[in-house]
Amino acid sequence: MTVNAAPPAVRTLLAAEDLRVSFVGTEVVRGISLSVAPGECVAIVGESGSGKSVTARSLLGLAGPGSVVRAGAFRIAGRDALGFGPGDWRRLRGRFAGLVLQDALVSLDPLRTVGAEIGEVLAVHDAVPRARRTERTLELLASVGVPDPAARARQYPHQLSGGLRQRVLIASAIAAEPELIIADEPTTALDVTVQAQILRLLAERKAGGTALLLISHDLAVVASIADRVLVMKDGRTVEEGPTGQVLSAPEHPYTRSLLAAVPSAASRGTRLSTAPPLVGAAARTAGESPAVGGGPRTAAELPPAGGGVRVAGEPPPVGRAVSRAWPVLAGVGLSKSYGARTVVDEVSFVLHEGETLGIVGESGSGKTTLARLALGLLEPDAGRVSLHRRPWSGVPERGRRPLRPRIQLISQNPLDSFHPRHTVGRLIAEPLSLSVSASLSASLSASASASRSLSRGERRDRVLDLLARVGLGPEVAGRHPRELSGGQRQRVAIARALGPRPDVLVCDEPVSALDVSIQAQVLDLLAEIQAEYGTAMLFISHDLGVVHHVSDRVLVMKDGQVVEEGDVEQVFTRPRHAYARALVAAVPRLPRARDVNVT
Amino acid sequence: MIKRLGTGLAVMWAAATASYLALLLAPGDTVDILVGEGADTPEIRAEIIAEWGLDRPEAVQYLDYLWRLLHGDLGRSYQLDRGVGEILASQAGPTAQLTLAAAAIGVTLAGVIAVATAGRGRWLRGAASAAELVSVSVPPFLIGILLLSVFSFTLGWFPVSGAAGPQALVLPALALGLPIAGVLGQVLRGGLERALEQPFAVTARARGLTERALVARHALRHALLPAVTLAGWFTGALLGGAVITEVLFGRPGLGQIAMQAVTGRDMPVVMAVVLLSAAVYVTISTLLDLSYRAIDPRIGG
Repeated sequence: MTVNAAPPAVRTLLAAEDLRVSFVGTEVVRGISLSVAPGECVAIVGESGSGKSVTARSLLGLAGPGSVVRAGAFRIAGRDALGFGPGDWRRLRGRFAGLVLQDALVSLDPLRTVGAEIGEVLAVHDAVPRARRTERTLELLASVGVPDPAARARQYPHQLSGGLRQRVLIASAIAAEPELIIADEPTTALDVTVQAQILRLLAERKAGGTALLLISHDLAVVASIADRVLVMKDGRTVEEGPTGQVLSAPEHPYTRSLLAAVPSAASRGTRLSTAPPLVGAAARTAGESPAVGGGPRTAAELPPAGGGVRVAGEPPPVGRAVSRAWPVLAGVGLSKSYGARTVVDEVSFVLHEGETLGIVGESGSGKTTLARLALGLLEPDAGRVSLHRRPWSGVPERGRRPLRPRIQLISQNPLDSFHPRHTVGRLIAEPLSLSVSASLSASLSASASASRSLSRGERRDRVLDLLARVGLGPEVAGRHPRELSGGQRQRVAIARALGPRPDVLVCDEPVSALDVSIQAQVLDLLAEIQAEYGTAMLFISHDLGVVHHVSDRVLVMKDGQVVEEGDVEQVFTRPRHAYARALVAAVPRLPRARDVNVT
Repeated sequence: MIKRLGTGLAVMWAAATASYLALLLAPGDTVDILVGEGADTPEIRAEIIAEWGLDRPEAVQYLDYLWRLLHGDLGRSYQLDRGVGEILASQAGPTAQLTLAAAAIGVTLAGVIAVATAGRGRWLRGAASAAELVSVSVPPFLIGILLLSVFSFTLGWFPVSGAAGPQALVLPALALGLPIAGVLGQVLRGGLERALEQPFAVTARARGLTERALVARHALRHALLPAVTLAGWFTGALLGGAVITEVLFGRPGLGQIAMQAVTGRDMPVVMAVVLLSAAVYVTISTLLDLSYRAIDPRIGG
């Protein structure tokens, strides 16, 4: 194992060599060496399951119940941590190192006021005399940029915005003036402008001499603040070094694939993932084709299965054809209010055949309500929606039902939309048995006779076909959604949505819960599907990089209104509205070095 | 608050009406009961019918009953020839003592066991779990008989029956409180263990809190939420269990009165006991509903 030899002049706060953490026999951290010096920011980057969070928590003796922590050497604040008992660890926690977790809504006690949470740290470590605790709490809140601290201190976490809550969490972590802040995904649940504020706040602490250990899945976040980066995979360090070097000239293939997987302006029109996602594509039956409209496709047109390895950066296999002539889905002057709160305010949009319309905005901007209006799940208070130039809002559900198969939803968390006791095969087969419209024209003439029920065998073939299309093998059909990984589940959701051969896919944050490499595969899959079937997509995301990567046109929403609309390049390079400019400016960026990605 | 009061009144009215209907449907003639062991002549029967107004149509009798209820008149007992209100007032004291003592035992035991065993080793948890399961599944009268045979008949520590002094309260309160401790203990421990796995518990530990402080200052309050939702069951178990326990231990109280009234078909008393139970139920669930809001600031507001 490599040992981080810190310069001898610098006092090391924390140094671990060959750190290993195992849970009931399974080793999840397999020999990590790291050190942190005062005023330094070290980042651990990795995807879920890489062991980065367990590593961070084991540095506070909080690896969790049933964990066994071993190390070649483990020194904290000049003491040997290998012999620490519970009392030793407790005295270090909060005092030597403060912990900031993701999502303060659950990381702060929801039943206590935020003032009490901060005061608790002061009390435990006797940081200030009892009489000064309230005063100190308010000072801390002010120091992390919480306005009107006296009023905020009496509020509960759910009464504060996401950004303010995260500031409170940071205030509680720094209350006893620790030398080290361990921040585990501190900005992951936040909107991009709020993320920028929190990163600035952490950078200020670092400038003040506090050391920072940052755990993140987001390379761009790390790029803006870290001095050194460790890239972790499967419990091991695959690469480490100064941030600039690791991110602009990565040596390890895994680091390179991670960097290539980040969607951005530069990645438009290219593949993000390197490995071919198709598994078991051979299971596709020759006779059946999932093609919509364009007639059956030959095997030669299909993406290669297993044989040809596609490389990130390549254009997708089939070109895109956007036909501006035919608006598949349109909304005019849509408004929706809940009580006195207007959630969607006079929004109009048009989605053409084969086109992707990106909708960006921060939480509470009305994106998801707009998606529900578009899906005909919610009636607008004013305005109307049309699907294939037929009224889609303001009609009884019975009138909508024949057209329902033409518009499908892919949501952020597919697990919530799956019946937990059904197998994957049954989940995908369900929409198939409701209605099978042979083609678009058949459905538009609304002939119920065009719908017929599939036989068991046909349905099974179609399920396997759909699974193969999204890169899953036939064995997945017999499994339950819980047994699948996040990426596999989202593939199943896509297969289910493709089943009725829709013309419109409404994608509501479809990749927000996924790791960057899985996100890359899913985005590539969606691009392939669009290229192959000409499906139009309403693509909703808070992630500007993702929207930039996939969209043809973009709507920027704020407080229920569309503040900017236009071609994707225009919106992202020359935004007109002040909010759109702020949004684009707040996106953390990677150093520009895409040339090194191409192998 | 007004809505809550309305709901409470509706429950009371439903209880009054249901018990009145039960009276109508009950087999046997009211006059027979009123005549009882006394002389049975047509003259006496006519006198009784006139005195109790039994010749009026049933709807009129029902409305008259409700009207008298509204004025706080619970009627007269058929058997004891005393005002029902008076009977209840004299018997409510011992029952209140018993149920409150049982509730205190149940809540205290549940709390102590849950805090002591939450998140601890397999053996300790398993033992507590088994004890809870036994106390829940064994009927209270059996627990009572066991307690009696061990502590009264064999050891002679406590009196076998009666309500003389605090010593006489120990065994019946235990018999009634143990099943409550069992259910409540399981719910509390489950709540504690869930709370201790939440991200805020990691944050609290990272502040340097001891496990004990974490339970006392954070987790216990979270565990109370599911426990409070058990309020309805809790009240019902106490009231229903009180009847059996009082009879078993020969304690005076509402349970004894209810038992005698049911066997003697003394319907005014039965109905009054039903009404009183409904009133207690409504009051307690309202109080606990309010406490729910005090525990969880996320509710209502």
